[in-house]
Amino acid sequence: MIVGKQKPLSEIREMIAEYQKVLILGCGTCVTICFAGGEREAAILASSLRMADKIDGKERVITEYTVKRQCEREFLEELDEKVKEVDAVVSLACGIGVQALAERFPTTPILPGLNTSFLGFPDEHGVWSETCSACGNCILDQTGGICPITRCTKGLLNGPCGGTNNGKCEVDPEKDCAWTLIYQRLEKQGKLDLMRQYYPPRNFQAVVRPGKIRME
Amino acid sequence: MAKPFREALKSGKFVVTSEVAPPKGTNLEELLHHIDLLRDKVDALNVTDNQSSVMRFPSVGAAILIKERGGEPILQMTCRDRNRLALQADILLAYTRGIRNVLCLTGDSIPVGDHKEAKGVFDLDSVQLLKMIRIMESGKDLGGNDLNGAVEFCAGAIVTPEARPIEPQLIKFEKKIAAGAEFFQTQAVYDLDNLKRFMEFARRCSNVKILAGIVLLASAGMARYMDKNVPGIFVPQQLIDELAGAEKGKALETGIRIAGRLIKTIKEEAICDGVHIMAIGREGVVPDILAAAGM
Repeated sequence: MIVGKQKPLSEIREMIAEYQKVLILGCGTCVTICFAGGEREAAILASSLRMADKIDGKERVITEYTVKRQCEREFLEELDEKVKEVDAVVSLACGIGVQALAERFPTTPILPGLNTSFLGFPDEHGVWSETCSACGNCILDQTGGICPITRCTKGLLNGPCGGTNNGKCEVDPEKDCAWTLIYQRLEKQGKLDLMRQYYPPRNFQAVVRPGKIRME
Repeated sequence: MAKPFREALKSGKFVVTSEVAPPKGTNLEELLHHIDLLRDKVDALNVTDNQSSVMRFPSVGAAILIKERGGEPILQMTCRDRNRLALQADILLAYTRGIRNVLCLTGDSIPVGDHKEAKGVFDLDSVQLLKMIRIMESGKDLGGNDLNGAVEFCAGAIVTPEARPIEPQLIKFEKKIAAGAEFFQTQAVYDLDNLKRFMEFARRCSNVKILAGIVLLASAGMARYMDKNVPGIFVPQQLIDELAGAEKGKALETGIRIAGRLIKTIKEEAICDGVHIMAIGREGVVPDILAAAGM
């Protein structure tokens, strides 16, 4: 899933400073699961903005709504009337949702209410970890199902660096050293030979950015 | 003129290398002073490459200076700041300026340095960088194109003998040898029993030359800091106590004595093929360390 984090209230207030009617638009998919931009977060953000406006004595109409998925055109149709009524939309979707909205409503400023952070999964309650870089050339079959491109801070392909630290990473003791995990997993599977083989430099042509896939 | 480093490695003598650090800025005075002080006292001089992810005068520039002043440089190259095009281009430059030794490293992470918001490149890793050197020696570049004029290098790498866990580190050590590493300089080692254990493993898998890393301990505080904070470095309590027990103003002298003693033991017991002395900011005392080692 796509993991995001809501921008600070002050930054969102700055973005909407010049607008009188603002729609806060949640997304019912990934960002709902990571508690960053679902129906609940849209409601909380809208009321926080209304409260802040009240304290400042500012007249502004802030409404909220949530669609099932902002990243697909058919889910945006129901917004046509709602968007017409406002000066700007704060989207709580990922960057894909923001851009899909901006494409459908080209005359309305669509403002990002969160920072899209990474592709990952919920590790434990309230903790999300990045696990995939969408590199276009999956090697998880050779690394025990642990992606070194993503989970090693340097994206190393041929084993750990000297900064490996009792199974943790030199840059953050809260993060596991991916290559220690890979070693342990492959050892359990009796497949350490996979770690002994040489991995050539990555092929960055696997996905020519910006990526585009056409069904064959 | 200094002898080629590869010859020193092949001669079977106890090899000594040290290193100099390029300045942050254009004032080369101290760097040149250190080069002149050390170039005839060691078999080769490493030049660090934006060490600890701190932006500095380039390692290839300082390696050229060493060469011009009659020393034998070992060009350190990390994968952090350059993609494969830039790494190959620098190797071509280095070769044309007479540099014949290269130490291939992954490089520290960006966040430990002084440009924390920068992008870490890591297009290649240290194993791939070693392989790159060998491919360029065959007259090709990494794109498979012909080079008009090939290169030739004595290529080395690093290993952390006390990394925890050690097994993945040893696998990488073997991969570096397979990729073409002719010599290794180790992370700092203070516990010679641990070093011996590593050397038993190393000798079983290869006769590659290994130089034990000796980092000068300038104070008890520094020793404690390294022990606690630098992954793969462990300073025995006994050495910390020895530094802490030094008379006021004599801690550095004690550190020099400790470094000398370690080198002397490594040489006398033939634990490794040589040592790599890192004085980190106190390059001026390297001759004193050598003297303390009886060299």
